This record gives sequence, C-alpha cells and structure tokens, in this order.
Amino acid sequence: MSVAAARELPVRVSIAYQNWHRFSRNPTAVIGSVIVIIVVAAALLAPWIAPYPDHVGAMVNFRARHLPPSAQYWFGTDNVGRDIFTRVLFGYRISLLLATVVLGIAVPLGATLGLVAGYFGGWAEIVIMRLTDIALAIPPLVMALAVTAVLTPNLIHAMLAIAALWWTWHTRLIFSITRTLRQQEFVEAAETLGASRFHILFRELLPNCASAILVKTSLDFGFVILIGAALSYLGLGVQPPTPDLGTMVANGADFLPDRWWESLLPGAAILFVALGFNLLGDGLRDLYDVESVR
Amino acid sequence: MSADPLLSVRSLSVDFWSYGRPSQVLRDVSLDVPAHRHVALVGESGCGKSVTMRAIMGILSTPPARIASGAILFDGRDLLRLRPRERDALRGTAMSMVFQDPMTSLNPVFTIGDQMGTILKYADRRLGRARGRTERLARVHEVLGQVRMPDPERIARSYPIMLSGGMRQRVLIAMALLSEPRLLIADEPGTALDVTTQAQILKLLRDLVDDRGLALLMITHNLGLVREAADTVYVMYAGAVVEHGPTTELFARPRHPYTRALIDCVPKLSGDATFRGIDGSLPDYAAPPPGCRFAPRCPLAIGACARQPEDKSVGADHHAACWRLEEAA
Amino acid sequence: MEFLYFLIRRAFWSLLVLFGLSIVIFVIARVMPGDPARMAMGPRASQEQVDELKRKMGLDKPLIEQYQSYIVGLSRGDLGLSFLTKRPVDDDIAETFAATFELVLATIAIAFLVGVPLGVVAAANKDGWVDNLVRLVAILGAVTPSFLLALLLQILAGYVFHVLPTTGRFTPDAPIPPSITGLLTIDTLLRGDLTGFVDALKHLLLPSLALCAATVGQIARITRSSMIDVAKQDYIEAGRAFGVPDWVRVFKYMLRPAFVPPMTILGLEFASLLGNAFVVELVFAWPGMASYGVRSILQKDLNAVMGVVMISGVFFVVANLTIDVLVGFVDPRVRIRGARP
Repeated sequence: MSVAAARELPVRVSIAYQNWHRFSRNPTAVIGSVIVIIVVAAALLAPWIAPYPDHVGAMVNFRARHLPPSAQYWFGTDNVGRDIFTRVLFGYRISLLLATVVLGIAVPLGATLGLVAGYFGGWAEIVIMRLTDIALAIPPLVMALAVTAVLTPNLIHAMLAIAALWWTWHTRLIFSITRTLRQQEFVEAAETLGASRFHILFRELLPNCASAILVKTSLDFGFVILIGAALSYLGLGVQPPTPDLGTMVANGADFLPDRWWESLLPGAAILFVALGFNLLGDGLRDLYDVESVR
Repeated sequence: MSADPLLSVRSLSVDFWSYGRPSQVLRDVSLDVPAHRHVALVGESGCGKSVTMRAIMGILSTPPARIASGAILFDGRDLLRLRPRERDALRGTAMSMVFQDPMTSLNPVFTIGDQMGTILKYADRRLGRARGRTERLARVHEVLGQVRMPDPERIARSYPIMLSGGMRQRVLIAMALLSEPRLLIADEPGTALDVTTQAQILKLLRDLVDDRGLALLMITHNLGLVREAADTVYVMYAGAVVEHGPTTELFARPRHPYTRALIDCVPKLSGDATFRGIDGSLPDYAAPPPGCRFAPRCPLAIGACARQPEDKSVGADHHAACWRLEEAA
Repeated sequence: MEFLYFLIRRAFWSLLVLFGLSIVIFVIARVMPGDPARMAMGPRASQEQVDELKRKMGLDKPLIEQYQSYIVGLSRGDLGLSFLTKRPVDDDIAETFAATFELVLATIAIAFLVGVPLGVVAAANKDGWVDNLVRLVAILGAVTPSFLLALLLQILAGYVFHVLPTTGRFTPDAPIPPSITGLLTIDTLLRGDLTGFVDALKHLLLPSLALCAATVGQIARITRSSMIDVAKQDYIEAGRAFGVPDWVRVFKYMLRPAFVPPMTILGLEFASLLGNAFVVELVFAWPGMASYGVRSILQKDLNAVMGVVMISGVFFVVANLTIDVLVGFVDPRVRIRGARP
C-alpha cells in the first residue's frame, strides 16, 4: 500500500480557480471574451482612439465622399465624407449603452418576477406567467417598432420598448429554475429556521440561478444589440447625425454594391459584437453545463 | 454435471482504461450456467456483476473496457473468438437479456407491438428466417401470452406509458423470449417493483426454466431473492468470484468470510435485532490490494492473504477462495 | 381523450392570452402620449381637420367605450379603418397576409429540412470537426443581423451572380394567377403552371434563406443535444442488446423522441421569426403583412399598426397550438397524460 500512497494527493483548489481554469481552456469562451473586451474597450476609448473624432457630429466633407478603405480612412468614408471607422467606434458606444440599459432594467425585473412566481406559486404564479405569455406573443422587434413609432423615435424610447418585453424571457427562465429548487431541502430548512421571505428569495434561491442568469444575459447582450440595430435600420432608433451601426447600414445600402464598404463594414461590426457576446454566453454555458432555453 | 454447461465463463479478466491507467474490474471470473438451471450471481454494487453480464452479451463498451484474458464458451464456442457478425447472430436470438428498469428500458414513443415486432424482424434476419408481418404479430401475441399477460392483443397496441411497472417488466421478459433463446440473463429482475409483483416475476422466470429448459443467469444484490429462487449461487466481490455452490448448501454452510458477513447483514425476524454492515468499502480498482481483495475488510485476514487464494472445494460442487477456510468452518 | 382536454385547456388559455394582448395593444395605442389623429394628418393640417378625423375614428369617446367597440370589432374580424388608406385594415391585412404566411412556411420548412439532419450529423460526430462546424454555422446564423444577410444575399445572388431575382414575389409583367390558397407556389402547382411555379419559387428562395438563418442554427443545436440525450437512454441500449441494427436504432428509435424538443423550440422561436420578417420583407420588397406593417409604422397609421401587431399575436398563438397538436402526434406521453413535456 505504501507504494500506492506515494502517488500524489489531489491538491485542494478554490472553486474560482477551477472555474477560471476550465474557462480558459474553452476556446469558445476565450474567443468570445476577447471580442467583447475589444469592443468594450473600443467603445469606452472611442473619443481618444478614433482617428477623426469630429466626424461624429454633423459635418460634411464633400471632397472625401465615398472613398474606399485606405490607410487614411480605414473603413472608407460615407456619402458625406465622414470616416466610417470613427463612426463605427462611436456606434459601438450607442449599441452597448442600449444593451446595458435594457438588460439593466429587464434582468432584475424579470428575475424578481420569476422568483416570486416560482416560490409563491398560486395567484402570483398564474398572473405573472399569463402576463409573460401575452408578452411573448409579440415579437420584440414589432413591439419596439410600434412603440417607437407612436412615441418619437429616439434612443430612450427604443430602450424602453425593448426592455418592456425583454424581461419575460428572464422571468420564464428563473421561474422554471425556482420551481424545481423550491422543493429542495435547503429551502425547507431556511423556512423552518424562520428566514424572512426576502432572505429566501434573494439569499437562497437567487444565487442558485446566478449561473443561468449570467449565461442568458451574455447571450442577450448580443440579441438586444441586434434588435437595436434592426430598429435603427428602419429609422426608428437613434436619429442622425448620432452615429449608429444600424443607421449606417441603411444609409450605405443605397450605394450597394459598388460602395460596399459603407453598408457592409458597419454590418460586419454589428456581427462582430453579436458574435462576441454569443460565444461568451456559449462558453459560459459549457462551463456551467446550464440548459437554458435560448 | 454430465453434459457441458450451455454457458461457461472461464477465467475472464477485464480491464477498464481511464486517464491512461488500467483498472482490473474483473479478475479470473469463472462461472457455469447449464440448461434447466437458475444460476444467481450475487454481489454488492460495484462488484463487477454488470461487467460480467455485459461481457457475456457482448455489449461491453470496448474503448474504455478491454477483455484482458479468458474465454466465454457458449454451446462449446468461444464467444470472444467469434467474428462480430457471428456474435451478433447470437445476440437477441440464442442468448437474450432482460433489462433491469422497466420504466426506462422501453421506448416511450412506440407501441409494444411495434418494438417487439422490430426486434423480431431483425432477429429473423440474423437467423435467415423470413416471416411476414402478420406472422410476426402472431408470435408477439404468443410470447405475451407466455409471460401471462391478459389480453395480449391490447397490450401489443398499447404504449409503455399505459402499462404498470409489473406489466412492463413482463414485456421486457417477453421481448427476450421472442426468438426462443436458450440462455436468458436477467439483470436485477423486479428490483424496481414492489415485493408482490417481484415474486410473480420470479415465479414466471422459474417456470420458464423448468418448463422450457432455459438456462437462466440472474444478476442481483438481493440475497433473499437468491435463496428463494436460484439453484446455484456465485458470490462476487471486487471483480472476483469468492464462493460458489448449490444454494441450499451455500446458505447452510457459507465458508468464505465475505459470504458469511453478507448473510449476517440480512436482517432476520428471529434472533437479535442488531443492524449489521460490513466495515470498509470496495477497493480502488486502479490500485487494488495484492492477493485477496477482501483482505482489507476481512476479520480473518493474515499475512498470507497477500497472495491470491486458490479455489478450494469445501463440499459437493461447493468452492470458496480463501486461505482461512478451516477457521471459517 | 386526455389529449383533447389538454388541447381545450390550451386553447382556452390562448384565448385569454389573445384577450390580454388586445388590452395591451389598445393601451399602448391610446394611452401613449401623442395624438394619433394629429400624427396621421401631419403638422400642416388644421385643428379642424384633425378634430374631424378624430370624430370619424371615434377617438373622442371615453376610453372604455373605445375599448368596447374595439373588442366587439375584433370578434367580428373588424380591425378598424386605416388612417391613411381609409380602407378597413382587415382588408389590407387579408391581402398581404398570404405572402407573409408563404414566406414563414417556406422558412420553417428550410429550417427543419436543413437543421434536423445537421443536428443528427453533429450528434453522431460529437466533438468532431463536423460537430464544431455545425456549431459555428449555427452561431453565425444567430448573430448575423437579418437585414445584413438579406442585403448580402441580394448582392450575391442578384448582382454578382445574376442568378435569382431580388425583389417581389413574381416577375412584374407576368400575369398574376387567380389565387386559390394565396400561396403562389402552391397555387401554380395546383394549376399545373410549371413556369409560374419555378418563377414563384425563385422569388421565394432568397427571402426565406435570409429569414431562416437564425432558426436553422437553433434547430440544429437542439436536435443535436436532444439526440445525444436520447442516445443515452436505456431503451436504446436495450435495442442494441436485442440485436437491432445500428441504423434502425438511430433513424427509428432515436429520431422520433428527439424530434420533440426542436418542435417546441420552434414555437418559441416563432416570435423572433415574425420579427425578422419585418426587416426581410422590406429589403426584398416582399408584399407581405410585415412590410405593410413597417410602412404603417413609418407613416404612423395607428389602426393599421394595431391590426398588424394583433394579427402577429394571433399567428404566434395559433402556431404554438399547432405545434402542441403535432407534438401530441409524435409523443404518446403528451397525448395520454395531457401535459406539455
């Protein structure tokens, strides 16, 4: 037996380290994070790293119109001579802002409703879940279109419109998790010990949903950005001259296929950021082995 | 035993490879299952009885597992030396298996008749037999009748979810009987069911052995079952057979320390009511103790136990592998 | 029998959902700040003209009354009058719905016909290069903005390769066939008009490709994971022990139970499918309800917008009910126990 005992004993490592270790071995997660970091950094640092920061506002430079990508203008220029690369960088700011605000509203709201519905059951469950069903029947884009059309189209209205429907996905997800968790013993234990409802909801149940929420939110960043882009493509989101990726694609579409860079490069930028968040969410899902609906 | 047993496992050793290291999950396992006999293979969870069963049926996953040595003789032919196609021809036809869990072993989206018909269709193909659909259905009904199902036609039209656990178990047995096998391996028959239903299932199996001359190998961890139903018992521990013999003889005079401890563990209605277990747990198969694998837990262990004990005869057809048999008498 | 009760229950809840939807839509339309009549007429119209329109549209009545007439109208299929065209909205929608329906149907067909086999192959090749390729394709499909994809397809197929038409449902000068189902592809087939059929198909191809991108990926991934789950089940192994050949086990035993999750996912995906249709129809000038909806939104035609949203909701609910029925066909457990798996 002593020979066998000479084998190394397993070293105790923290959960955080284990997670990090697995995360960094997962190519999807790594690529996703890298992309996200690039985009976030580009957005945050845009005013300093953009080559032509004054091209963001209302300006025209008719001598530099419709120029193809070059060393001087990396993504070329648009129909009034503005540098597309700069505008893409600033466009990222808008997209990320939109997604952050929307999810900042939708996730806490949705999670809370899901917790309540899942834990208390009964009327709370019926009312909340029926409401969710109704909201799910409307495509988010359609709702956003309708709302921004009724109100004046601008970024804030777009954000509110999307958030108004987006919480439903999270409610559903948290509801189904909570419902399964509710039967487990640790909940019963907390109840018998006299824990307040608030405590049970937010200190016992919520942490167990954390990984699912994290995965879904990462994925959602990408999807919300896509919807925001579709909204502005149709002219109902951010208004010119504020640079926005969707609007740029729409404007540039008129000049396809000859001046492809005006439409396709902003489009590729949208794809890039959506890809990043999607890969990140996917990688996190692999990591946690979570089964989420989307 | 005058004729050769139908199934004869000879010194079977199986390794299991994981992370580049082998674990010896079966070591020199030998057992015989003659026709007209109900043989039980007993042991605690993890002792290797499932591996043995899978090796015999030929459904062991051979990437992680590997048959290191030994032979499995069926009707005189070594199954391990056969070509895959010949082996396949036997599976589901001459040798059949009854699965353990009636809840999960049936495909929920197909009718019983459909599933049984499919099995029969491909079994026929392997046997070179041509049977039309009506004939197949007739055979399905016939077999369902053999397992004492009321109204076989209705059962065949039903989906698994419509049947009770006991009925599903009978269906599993019926499936195994479709091609008139000569050897039946039953994996923990009736464990998922209540005691009364389990008793009925076992009676059914017994009748099949007696009336049709089936050779039945029953895998179980339930000693009570063995005592009631089996003719011969093989006791397994940690991948090796430690004792085997006729049921009555073995239960009357258990010789191996493990067997005795096992029998002791079973709560009895008479006598004192202490709840006994066996201290310790199964060895690590990747780094097993040298020699007798039960030694670390054995109250009678001595230094000599570091050498693998030989199979010694302790009675009529009764063998045990232990160095301390005299003391255990 | 249980299944019937299940369906009835589902239908009942669906009706409730639609009812709730109508309230939500109504609230949004009427309670939001802004004057719909003013918006429709534009800033140049005089106040009298705006008030006149208001009276005509019944916008000056109390809200509850407005809602009552709205609901009554809905149950009769009357969606109000379009502010712009002054025609009943339901007529407008009825004209355009078939086109959207055809597009959505084609998209779902492609999504399943391509997605399911991809998923099966990926599952069989688990963690291999095919599996990873499928995963990559699925992700790309999900992250590409639909309008970008639509534009790209237009350029590639229309301008670069000149292979397929890029707008509309049929060649402009071809005679419009009298409609039987409203689905051009089916109609032309039914009348044996082969050139018409090919023409309609060619026009249908690009928009459905653009629309199906995200869904194909989802279906492929769900099929893959559900196949992997089914493969682990005891009854599949039992099949092996009974000597059932591998290909039978895969295509018969595994595929049928594995079919249910993709169908359920499709029900959920339906909403985003409809949403993307709005953009795709616009790019391809597909004369469907969605592009009608977009135009109404851009022109602030309130009744039309409400009508489109309502019909979208109805479409979604009906689609989900249909899926429930289909799932019931495939999975007897749903049929007998009457529960959604």
